[in-house]
Amino acid sequence: MSVLHRTRQPAAVGAAAGGAWVRQQRRASRRRRAWVLATLAATVAALFVVNILLGSYTVTIPDFLRLLGGADIPGARFIVMDNKLPQAVLGLLAGASFGTAGAVFQAMLRNPLASPDIIGISYGASATAVAAIALFGVTGAGVSAAAMAGALAVALLITWLARGRGGTGLVLVGIGAAAFMQAGVTFMLSRADINNAQDVMVWLSGSLGRANWQRVAFLALALLVLLPATGPGVRQLRGLALGDDTAAGLGFNIQRARLLLTVLGVLLAALPTAAAGPIAFVAFLSGPIARRLNNGDTSLPLASLVGAAIVLAGNFAAVNAVPGTTLPVGVVTGALGAPFLLWLLVSSNRTNQGG
Amino acid sequence: MPPEMPLEAHATRLGARNVTLGYAGAPIVEGLSLELPAGKVTIIVGANACGKSTLLRGLARLLAPGPGAVHLNGTEIHKLPTRALARELGILPQGPTAPDGITVSELVGRGRSPHQGWFRQWTDADDDAVAAALSVTGTLELAARNVEELSGGQRQRVWIAMALAQETGALLLDEPTTYLDLAHQVEVLDVVSELNARRQTTVAMVLHDLNLAARYADHLVAMKAGQVVAQGPPGAVLTAALVREVFGLESVVVPDPVTGTPLVVPLGRRAAVLRPRLRQGVPA
Repeated sequence: MSVLHRTRQPAAVGAAAGGAWVRQQRRASRRRRAWVLATLAATVAALFVVNILLGSYTVTIPDFLRLLGGADIPGARFIVMDNKLPQAVLGLLAGASFGTAGAVFQAMLRNPLASPDIIGISYGASATAVAAIALFGVTGAGVSAAAMAGALAVALLITWLARGRGGTGLVLVGIGAAAFMQAGVTFMLSRADINNAQDVMVWLSGSLGRANWQRVAFLALALLVLLPATGPGVRQLRGLALGDDTAAGLGFNIQRARLLLTVLGVLLAALPTAAAGPIAFVAFLSGPIARRLNNGDTSLPLASLVGAAIVLAGNFAAVNAVPGTTLPVGVVTGALGAPFLLWLLVSSNRTNQGG
Repeated sequence: MPPEMPLEAHATRLGARNVTLGYAGAPIVEGLSLELPAGKVTIIVGANACGKSTLLRGLARLLAPGPGAVHLNGTEIHKLPTRALARELGILPQGPTAPDGITVSELVGRGRSPHQGWFRQWTDADDDAVAAALSVTGTLELAARNVEELSGGQRQRVWIAMALAQETGALLLDEPTTYLDLAHQVEVLDVVSELNARRQTTVAMVLHDLNLAARYADHLVAMKAGQVVAQGPPGAVLTAALVREVFGLESVVVPDPVTGTPLVVPLGRRAAVLRPRLRQGVPA
């Protein structure tokens, strides 16, 4: 084809200097992004450590290292190794996963309201997970499989119901689906033989209280596969963000990109739900905060770090805010997210645009 | 580049043969054939809803051509891989929307997408292409700005820069001057025309202003009800009879005092009111 063999444009002097200027610009923004990423990673690490060492039962750093090394410190070993550490790791993984899922959906549908927790995908995962546990006595990986099936089913259902209605239509249908799924969870929990209030809270608003190493390991393995797969997804998201026609003109395969991103986003929302419940509003909050930190551009690594930071900070507050009571983390993140949702609804109504 | 290739660029050939285009089974364009002159600027005019944009979208593979086919340099575009097509054929849709918070250089950089892939990352050549596109469109000094902050004219030039950074042999523009004031319309069309002169890019665009179309087109295509009514050099095609047929408007066509290309002066009820008051009126 002719263009493949076309000679390079004889670059004018201005354009040559412009190349250097554009390059300089691009590197400056890349450096800035690296800085934000490093700062945020440090914040997440700090929150992680705070969750383990501080709070109702404080552990010194030398003691913690000895525990990690396998030493047995009476009293501390159980609390740190079987309670605080798995909770913190699960919070880190679930937050990162929810954050990425939210940013994928929001960027793909070009609407900040289109995160999996708002449009019912997380609640779909929760509903089928509860059904699997309460009705069929499923445990372990089977719960994750059920959650993934439920999330996919909701995603398919709302896509089908909202076909031809655009992004706003999908969000409205999704909000309906979320309410329906939540009602389903409540119904099953009320019928089932679950007496432990914490178990109920896990599936309604999300909690790290039931964390154990099996759940952590399963989620960690899944994310080890899924998170690298989001790498090429970012390129597709940047294309889709320009609108379907422009993206198609730039050589993006819209249908395929949408399908792959949807599957990826659904899995990233369903897996942490199976392990920690639909932790409220983490997916919804992470994307917009990450964009704000990234000069308005979508960044999945940043969104995952923001998600992890929200869950870890939320969990620390949930565990320690009310002395003697451990709140589920979803109550705290829900309280954070609700005002943001209101603000977004009000402001997006005014400017009639999302993103 | 293979040594046997001549140095001058081969202009890209793009044409539709017997295409039927439409949405959800309702054809807007039926059985249309059109060959774009290679290396020239083709401008498509016609009344609202006559199928101009539909035709452009069909040429860009945004719509399926029905029983017909669109050919690019002799190959059916529906048989080309998406990215290979995007390296040869660029389209700027009508009223494109930029993602929130994107900078000019980033947006223009996305025009490089078809040249990148899984393993081919961003290179200096991409930076150079972006810079060249920015300087051709006079937007280099805006590179660091946010697209949202720009005026309509600047924004449209930035979008054209994005399409230019794609470095395609053919470029389709759907109403690139919509919402722009006259000065900006001329500015945008000058950019396109210079690009065509410099790179022999085959250009097709939809335009509403007949006088600007006559001035900037090498080849003018008039459409009505999904069919090509007339095509050819503007001087031969754009007549009062054509304007009547296509737009249902009475007009007088005079030579443009600057370029000599046809200038359409519409008659209307107001003209009848004004004319008796003027000593020398418009030629009848």
